[in-house]
Amino acid sequence: MSDGQSQDGIVGRGNREGADLFRQWFSELNRTAEQGGPSAYVFVMGSMCEILRTFDLPVVFPEINSLQMAVRRVAHEYLNQAEDYGYSPDICGYVKADVAVQLRGGEHPMGRIPKPSIAVLTNACNTYIKWAEIWERMYHIPVFTLDIPGTRAAGTQTWKGDPDFENDRRYVQAQISELISLCERVTGIRFDIDRLRETMSCVNEMSRGWKQVLEFNKSRPSLFNALTDGTIYLGVANSFRGAPEGGRYFTNLVDEMAYKAARSIGTLTEEKYRLTFIGVPCYPIFRRFNELFTEWGGTFVHSTYLWFASGGANLGFEYDLARPLESLAEGVLISVRDAMDSMFYQDRAILEMVDAFHLDGVVYHPIKSCRTTSTGMADNRRSVMAARDIPSLFIESDMMDRRVVGEAQMKNRIDAFFEGLASRKRQEATAQGAEEFQGREERTNGLHRRS
Amino acid sequence: MAYTAGVDVGSTQTKAIVINEARKIVGRALIDTGANVVLAAEQAFTQALGNANVQEEEVEYVVGTGYGRYRVTFGNTQVTEISCHGRGAVHMFPGTRTVIDMGGQDTKAIRVRPSGEIVDFCMNDKCAAGTGRFLGAASSALDIPLDELGPTALRAKRPVRISTTCTVFAESEVLSWLGKGKKIEDILQGVHQSIAARSIGLLRRVGIEEQITFTGGVARNIGMVEALQKGLGAKLNVSDDSHFIGALGASLFALDHILAGRTPAGMGRPS
Repeated sequence: MSDGQSQDGIVGRGNREGADLFRQWFSELNRTAEQGGPSAYVFVMGSMCEILRTFDLPVVFPEINSLQMAVRRVAHEYLNQAEDYGYSPDICGYVKADVAVQLRGGEHPMGRIPKPSIAVLTNACNTYIKWAEIWERMYHIPVFTLDIPGTRAAGTQTWKGDPDFENDRRYVQAQISELISLCERVTGIRFDIDRLRETMSCVNEMSRGWKQVLEFNKSRPSLFNALTDGTIYLGVANSFRGAPEGGRYFTNLVDEMAYKAARSIGTLTEEKYRLTFIGVPCYPIFRRFNELFTEWGGTFVHSTYLWFASGGANLGFEYDLARPLESLAEGVLISVRDAMDSMFYQDRAILEMVDAFHLDGVVYHPIKSCRTTSTGMADNRRSVMAARDIPSLFIESDMMDRRVVGEAQMKNRIDAFFEGLASRKRQEATAQGAEEFQGREERTNGLHRRS
Repeated sequence: MAYTAGVDVGSTQTKAIVINEARKIVGRALIDTGANVVLAAEQAFTQALGNANVQEEEVEYVVGTGYGRYRVTFGNTQVTEISCHGRGAVHMFPGTRTVIDMGGQDTKAIRVRPSGEIVDFCMNDKCAAGTGRFLGAASSALDIPLDELGPTALRAKRPVRISTTCTVFAESEVLSWLGKGKKIEDILQGVHQSIAARSIGLLRRVGIEEQITFTGGVARNIGMVEALQKGLGAKLNVSDDSHFIGALGASLFALDHILAGRTPAGMGRPS
């Protein structure tokens, strides 16, 4: 990046390029669907793109397809169709929207979605398993479930070199070998380990960049909004994982962040409150939801969503290309386990975030659709409140279903939260002023006594 | 003498309070909100001025609160009822650390600091179970005026158990108990206990710390006061002005403004 690079060119480049890549990705899926080519259905927590790209399988993320319908305000049409078909209103909105897409022969607001040739999932979300069974019944395709050993209890993660970790790694590696055999049968393509090294190399570049981008938002002012901008970055992190474009995108994004950090270019005119967002965004009113915070001068500098929905890529784990299969197993184990931990053991991570990211408050957003990400949030919040005197807000809505999104109720709670933050800041300022006054008095009295 | 006012436009009733610089209530008014929210706010304010024998020009600052706070067109600014109930409760009962506010369509549990600052709060979500509306449904099903529900419930000997959590279905359940020949007071006590149980659930989510102050329109219902006290095993602070506490908090925020010459909590927010 040259010093003379114009601000117009680099600031916001990540959002523009992200949107372009996203359109390109959907366009390729549309082409695959039109041509009747094979595709792999995968999920954000452990997509196994490293392996699937080796077999030239286009990847479809039904979770991303579904959230796109909510952002484009057509989710209710799909949800109603699935409910009319017999799915309960209590079932995950992502699942129901996808079922309706399948019932419509792949029709989606961004193009046509190809039918699956294989589905690959992990146990990071219990719904993944039942969801994939729907495709199995619909299309009679093989479904491969990668069983990732999770953290047994808070703070008990094991790392490379530990015998327990090595046992888990071998268990994952054996499953990866089975997945490779299955992909060979489905595609008729022979596995090429050098191609795997190429995709892993692209993931390394992406992971390096993603970790740096997240770290950059410790800056004051914050350089990107973790909820709005972050979701765009996340889209690329998933859909272009293992592709050269994905690696390059994040290298460019790091440059953009460095540029903005050097010039203190933040997301708001005046950043008054720095917040972290816990959970999945409210996609049915995505922009408006964010505005309810930014109108008060509040901005999201971090989010657990950027951890678990990137499949744990936030850790920046880099593969050792000299021993690809073993290293892939290590990476998948560490990253997917971290994605699960950032949902189930989030209190420790949040507490570490408070000082590092200069947080003024924590916003919890449990959603009706997803018990995996929402269950335990109240307990986690209580744990954080017991450990630190940090204000928090707990608002419930949904990531898909506008029937359970009450903007007026939400605004009321958000306004009250900011009234509390404003009151706290005033009291802190008053206390600081009183301390300074007392300090001056003592210094003055000291001078008088000496004289 | 300067005066300030708070106007709390709730879903069922609109309350207005006028206070003086000594933070004393000098005027109050309570009217049904009805369909015209702007008019309700104006009428409540005008009546409170008359009650205080204060001219409108003497009121230096007005804060609107409640669901209709942005419809208080003559107000200078708005503050949420969550902040206002916390502030008003601590002013009225300085030992308050927890507030339960039960209104027409929502119930709030609020934990406060000695200063009145909100530590945490929790409200019913997307469902009116455990709110005044639940009592309204019982009143309608049993054809008993709202203000007689509490005293009638206190006569219960063998309260029934209301199992449904839905306000609409509760009405059907009340009718089914009537069909089984249960006494009205026993059914009503069951209704009160059901609401109390849900409200105590909200209080537990924010953490219960004594003293507990009961605010909002339902605080006038002696049956609900008793049911909550029994469920909590603690005595509640209740005042004759409990339903005005949101408006009182709003008037105190207004007074902060004119005394300090700066905006109170929540001022300058977008509408």
